[in-house]
Amino acid sequence: MTQAEKEIRFQEKIDREIKIEPNDWMPDEYRQTLVRQISQHAHSEIVGMLPEGNWITRAPNLRRKAVLLAKVQDEAGHGLYLYSAVETLGTSREQTIDDLHSGKAKYSSIFNYPALTWADIGTIGWLVDGAAIMNQVALCRTSYGPYARAMVKICKEESFHQRQGYESLMKLCSGTPQQKAMAQDAMNRFWWPALMMFGPSDADSTHSDQSIKWKIKRFTNDELRQSFVDATVAQAEILGLTIPDPNLKWNEARGHYDFSEINWEEFWQVVKGNGPCNKERLAARVKAKEEGAWVREAATAFAKKRAMKKSA
Amino acid sequence: MQESALFEYVLRLSDDSLILAQRLGEWCGHGPILEEDIALTNISLDLIGQAISLYDFAADLEGKGRNHDQLAYLRYENEYKNVLLVEQPNGDFAMTILRQFFFDAFRLPLYEALMQSPEEQLAAIAAKSVKETRYHLKHTSEWVIRMGDGTEESHQRAQAAIDHLWRYTHELFYEDAHDQSLQAAGKVPSMAEIQAKWMATVTSILQEATLEIPKNNWKFDGGREGRHSEHMGYILSDLQYMQRAYPNMEW
Ligand SMILES: [Fe+2]
Ligand SMILES: [Fe+2]
Repeated sequence: MTQAEKEIRFQEKIDREIKIEPNDWMPDEYRQTLVRQISQHAHSEIVGMLPEGNWITRAPNLRRKAVLLAKVQDEAGHGLYLYSAVETLGTSREQTIDDLHSGKAKYSSIFNYPALTWADIGTIGWLVDGAAIMNQVALCRTSYGPYARAMVKICKEESFHQRQGYESLMKLCSGTPQQKAMAQDAMNRFWWPALMMFGPSDADSTHSDQSIKWKIKRFTNDELRQSFVDATVAQAEILGLTIPDPNLKWNEARGHYDFSEINWEEFWQVVKGNGPCNKERLAARVKAKEEGAWVREAATAFAKKRAMKKSA
Repeated sequence: MQESALFEYVLRLSDDSLILAQRLGEWCGHGPILEEDIALTNISLDLIGQAISLYDFAADLEGKGRNHDQLAYLRYENEYKNVLLVEQPNGDFAMTILRQFFFDAFRLPLYEALMQSPEEQLAAIAAKSVKETRYHLKHTSEWVIRMGDGTEESHQRAQAAIDHLWRYTHELFYEDAHDQSLQAAGKVPSMAEIQAKWMATVTSILQEATLEIPKNNWKFDGGREGRHSEHMGYILSDLQYMQRAYPNMEW
């Protein structure tokens, strides 16, 4: 079979909604796109542990502390599934993580913003996990089998996180004026970065068309962003929080909310590494890796010794 | 007397769980391997669950209408009765694992004995916690062996952690009049019995790990009486921050 014939067969499979599995033939570019996207997603889970993890010791009561610990632990689990999905494409976890540390691989920019108050924890659950779900529900039907299956598992937990975050904000919004103000302040800081989570607008997105054709992506960045805004407005109203956008209003003709243009200058600055916490986030991951090196070496050495004893 | 002795006894168990959980929570997102990040968080979560049940029981015994959060968050430093061991800093992974191992090897026989207590609620909490603790001890024992019998570096780090923490282990078996009155009533085991079991576990695991029990026999204590190390104030600053900065609010 020629290369061209293989590619035609591959596209036919995609068009017939047959999942691509690890041992199936796939174009190199499809493989690379997946490795890039899944590893970026995996890194987002892991780096995303940091802003929230930073509040575990300060959670205001024991129940919230347990809920937050469990949530951050879920994110570690998501990272694990996704690194495994990348491994099915022939790239080891080690390599994938090295690419993060060298700056070659990216992660979601939202995690370069600081978590400053307790309200940020609820807001991250509600808006950030909420935006993640918008993306990920679509990915449950992505064309690569292992990624789609990981997503199904992850989505269930993410929607749980979102509900918990919302419930936590509900408590603040029905609490004292100080608590309500804390919630509004978190909303003001996280709204725009949450919208940026969907990536550049379709006009500026370099990978979009081919990804849609391969059904890696099912919807464009702008479509997903619009769905998120449409779903979130009513939720904010119930909380009694104001979305920090004077141009936000229902457009009868479109059947969608209109909203202001995103500050793309800020978006690209944060992507390039100039966000408020980029340096700290990466430094924390590198430190964990370096300080954990002897632990991993010990585990490997021990396993070898035991294997030798067994075979002796 | 019995009521207040039991309150004191349960408070010690609660505070040990809470402060150790707080320390383990600091690891979240910074573990040496993703799998260990998850494992340490798991232990922390179990300990918080135990602390909630224990503080609820303590609050009942006290009968002053306080709830588990008020006990956990709104006391002064000298009112916390945890052992010094659990408030020691995480240090490297070896220090954290050894601290946990020494604690688990103490908690398991203690819970096993408390399951037989005629104090029903205490026995029920012990029964629920014993399974978790058995799993924690299995996990930390495996790591002690892996580090001791892994590389030269891991062996040295594990031994250094043992040498440092050994001075805090004696306090695990602290006893005073409260314990004695409860023991006389057949409600709690004698600490000598628990210590013998602890020593048996520690000796056998360290032996398998090719690690040594330190010769030095310094004994540090004070935690059970509310005299803590300098670390404790910082732990409470974090723990209590929200409750102190925003008093009387619900979260
Ligand atoms: Fe996640
Ligand atoms: Fe999540």
